[in-house]
Amino acid sequence: MFENLSDRLERSFKLLKGQGKITEINVAETLKDVRRAMLDADVNFKIAKTFTDNVKEKALGQNVLSAVKPGQMMVKLVHDELAELMGSEATDINIKGSPAVLLVAGLQGSGKTTFSGKLARLLKQKRGKNPLLVAGDVYRPAAIEQLKVLGEQIDTPVYTEEGNKNPVAIAKAAIKHARQAGHDMVIVDTAGRLAVDEEMMNEIASIKKAINPDEILFVVDSMTGQDAVNTAKEFNDRLDFDGVVLTKLDGDTRGGAALSIRTVVDKPIKFVGTGEKLDALDVFHPNRMADRILGMGDVVSLVEKAQEQFDEVEAKKLQKKLARNQFNFNDFLKQINQVKKMGNLKDLAGMIPGMGKAIKDVDIDDDAFKHVEAIIFSMTPAEREDPSLLSGTRRKRIANGSGTTVQEVNRLLKQFTETRKMMKMVAQGKRIGNPQQGFRN
Amino acid sequence: MGIFGNFNSKKKENLDKGLKKTKESFFGKLSRAVVGKSKVDDDVLDELEEVLITSDVGVDTTIKIIERIEERVARDKYMGVEELNSILKEEIAGLLEENNSADVSDFDLPPSDDPYVIMVVGVNGVGKTTTIGKLAYQFKQAGKKVVIGAADTFRAAAIDQLEIWAQRVDVPLVKQKMGSDPASVAYDTVSSAKSSGADVVIIDTAGRLHNKVNLMNELSKIKRVMQKVIPVAPQEVLLILDGSTGQNAFEQAKQFTKATEVTALALTKLDGTAKGGVVLGISDQFKIPVKYIGIGEKMEDLQIFRRREFVETFFEK
Ligand SMILES: Nc1nc2c(ncn2[C@@H]2O[C@H](COP(=O)(O)OP(=O)(O)OP(=O)(O)O)[C@@H](O)[C@H]2O)c(=O)[nH]1
Ligand SMILES: [Mg+2]
Repeated sequence: MFENLSDRLERSFKLLKGQGKITEINVAETLKDVRRAMLDADVNFKIAKTFTDNVKEKALGQNVLSAVKPGQMMVKLVHDELAELMGSEATDINIKGSPAVLLVAGLQGSGKTTFSGKLARLLKQKRGKNPLLVAGDVYRPAAIEQLKVLGEQIDTPVYTEEGNKNPVAIAKAAIKHARQAGHDMVIVDTAGRLAVDEEMMNEIASIKKAINPDEILFVVDSMTGQDAVNTAKEFNDRLDFDGVVLTKLDGDTRGGAALSIRTVVDKPIKFVGTGEKLDALDVFHPNRMADRILGMGDVVSLVEKAQEQFDEVEAKKLQKKLARNQFNFNDFLKQINQVKKMGNLKDLAGMIPGMGKAIKDVDIDDDAFKHVEAIIFSMTPAEREDPSLLSGTRRKRIANGSGTTVQEVNRLLKQFTETRKMMKMVAQGKRIGNPQQGFRN
Repeated sequence: MGIFGNFNSKKKENLDKGLKKTKESFFGKLSRAVVGKSKVDDDVLDELEEVLITSDVGVDTTIKIIERIEERVARDKYMGVEELNSILKEEIAGLLEENNSADVSDFDLPPSDDPYVIMVVGVNGVGKTTTIGKLAYQFKQAGKKVVIGAADTFRAAAIDQLEIWAQRVDVPLVKQKMGSDPASVAYDTVSSAKSSGADVVIIDTAGRLHNKVNLMNELSKIKRVMQKVIPVAPQEVLLILDGSTGQNAFEQAKQFTKATEVTALALTKLDGTAKGGVVLGISDQFKIPVKYIGIGEKMEDLQIFRRREFVETFFEK
């Protein structure tokens, strides 16, 4: 029902485009749209207002020269302001203590337990740590069991005390145990609690006092609305946490809460959760997030992610093929396999500049690959090399061979042609669907 | 850099002040702004806008409400403060679909030979399982025979969680192992409920984000499979929305409705400071009534949704 923030900003800026200079009137119009977009994205009411006021001040205060188009200038202003709000650099967590103690806190259902599991996995596999998970949610039915199951999946011990209903005592004992058992990291999961629940907020403050954590992380659902500021502020007042974890970003929320929280507590967002599986955890990059909100694509993330998976030589070959438009069905198959390895497709595609918009209403179904693969496997090697060979009769044969229909084969061919076109543009460094080029250089 | 630094700290200060400022009650402001005037002035409308937006009502619905009020005031000419206040809430509540069954008869069910099947759906962590526990408790209190089905076979310990609820409320639970086919669990549950002559069946499902096509298809399948036992099942598809969710709830309602034809909404976690205003627009646009609200983690913390009371909370601090 809503356009996303980047779509909207794109449109707002188009309004400005073609006008010679920034006037009070056209800035006001644009910023009204920007503000509205921010509200649709769940940015807090007051923060959205302050934000647009600031941008306006800057825009009007600047001399507009014919060298820069007003649209470009506005993009830059909005982008800079946004990036500044998001914080400047990626911030790491503190894992220096021995053992380093990490406390996880947040509202009910925000994703604390899953995050605890993901973090343990990350520290273990990528940083060579030997973590201990602590089940501190003694209230929610089967919360302890949930952490135990996750611990098993990542082969990490979970400290529990059957029947003990005092999380402060459990956390304290867990750290003692960690020392004895030679763990260098302790991750304490806690029960979800509302910021207005005095008793429960006192409890988490007591846990903090008892275990003196090296790092306290506040876990928040990225779909949170206007209340995010109140909750974050209250948790911060009580815990003075070190960082924020933004969960469920694999959804289609615009995540304005991130901006609100960041502004109101002035603490960095450190991780983002991007799926239910335990490897779906990413480090948060503030600048990239601001870029992404503006629809400029999280190019750097995409490249890094791809690098983990791609053989470099392969990639170079592909790049060349793309540029020359020689991309064929064999490459397409390879791509599918790479992409399948990389994880959530839509997520990944969304990182490609201009694609966020293009795929917004497209369903990308991982299972859909089954048919695609079947169709490609039914092609002869020559056909895979040179898709232009695919005449009507050949298509019919392929449909029969793959147990699909001619329509499906046609659809794939169309898709393929479009992908090829798009990839060629990407390979040549063109930005698709975003007229505002240039200022990032 | 110097300029930026300065600017930033000033900005922070303003923001903090804005958020901390103790609000004069909306009603107080309303009186000041409206006395002796024949139309709603901009101050009132600005204030109303802030109240609605910060309650997560969303821009579109807020504009709609403001237009309605302006129209009403223009038509009815002068109004006193009390009158305006009451009309305002009336207009806002008017966006909410009437919830036919509730308000009058709590936790009653339409008479039928087959068990009344309620399928509970929603994104991760919104409170599906807890709401099921609470609902089972209410139906049981109302003298109904309840069966619940553990069709969240995906999330770690989801089955154990529901099992604890089943024991608490003392109702039978139908389950299989973790990782088994959720549709098959749903089928088993409905069959067993039918043969044992149960009144209500409540099916838990795994939380899923609405943009995951496969998972949404899985829901449609669960629904279809139950119809093999009871053709009209599920008589109710209850979408659970977290009261602190912002505008994304719209997309949730849209996609879950597409996959399962949602018939009712439940709004959870209203014991916090979030207002859940996004349901105004959802209820209005999709013509789905809000049936229940969750106001805590205990068995008894479920209430029938009342429109007017809900709207009142927007105007409380
Ligand atoms: N304060 C409060 N907490 C609630 C309410 N309803 C549910 N919760 C809590 O929210 C958390 C998540 O609830 P669950 O019932 O497990 O949510 P779910 O939708 O089944 O979660 P998944 O199955 O993991 O997708 C738990 O800690 C519940 O105790 C409510 O009305 N108020
Ligand atoms: Mg559940």
